[in-house]
Amino acid sequence: MGVSVEHYFVLSAILFVIGAYGVIARKNLLIVLMSLELMLNAANLAFVAFSRALNDMTGQVFMIMSITVAAAEVAVGLALVVAVYAHRESLDIDLLKMLKG
Amino acid sequence: MTISLSQIYFITRSNYLLFPLFSGGFKRLETVIFYVFAALCVAGALLVITHKNPVSSALSLVLTLFSTAVLFVLLQAHFVAVIQVLVYAGAIMVLFLFTVMFLNLTPEALKFDSRNMAFKGSLLLAVLLFVGYFAARGFQETFSHTLAIPSVSENFGTTEGVGKLLFTDYLLPFELTSILIVAAIIGVVAIAKRRES
Repeated sequence: MGVSVEHYFVLSAILFVIGAYGVIARKNLLIVLMSLELMLNAANLAFVAFSRALNDMTGQVFMIMSITVAAAEVAVGLALVVAVYAHRESLDIDLLKMLKG
Repeated sequence: MTISLSQIYFITRSNYLLFPLFSGGFKRLETVIFYVFAALCVAGALLVITHKNPVSSALSLVLTLFSTAVLFVLLQAHFVAVIQVLVYAGAIMVLFLFTVMFLNLTPEALKFDSRNMAFKGSLLLAVLLFVGYFAARGFQETFSHTLAIPSVSENFGTTEGVGKLLFTDYLLPFELTSILIVAAIIGVVAIAKRRES
């Protein structure tokens, strides 16, 4: 019983769903950002698994691009967290309804 | 110089009397490593979304990201495994922890996170897993003939192979990411700057 590429896809799907749950169910802004990282990481795992399955390194190049975007996203997200905390003294995302129409 | 899987194979073969676990040879070892680190991955992810304290969540996220790096090595992607540890488990997590320390959160500031969304979240989780299962089944039936793991070329996943691809076929996207990072840096400074009011 070896490990096939499908095993990695299933693991990637599980990690993605856990991350999606964190984004939806948690109200702490920091933990929502971390769950977002989990989802990106699951996508990266799928990229690398496909790269292995198709014997094509393009998937790994995409994964490096994805990491770059994740780093930029985390930097901007954490800057927003700092700004929100300075303004509201709380990280509750339910407090952020100024844009509600 | 990376340790190739054939070297691991040789080490485990030569020590199989000491480690009965590895006596099945390389396939068995790969399976054991996969399941151990997949379990660590999922456990870390579950801890991230269940902890109340953001510091504990961040450290659990390190566990998940590091285990993913091990899985990348199993997939022969040595370069991106190193990048994963350096950038994700290193830089991004330090950024998270630094922000948590910087905010100086009081216990009262963390009390709002009630679980009244847990039911809706669980429902979504179930639906996503259900849909994902059938998507995976359909995918398996469509592509199963192409997904037998092929033997890889010599420089697959090495710095040389990925770097060549990055600096020839994907040179323009690579340069564009530098613009993205500059834009992100300027945005971060503009957002986080203290305003005089």
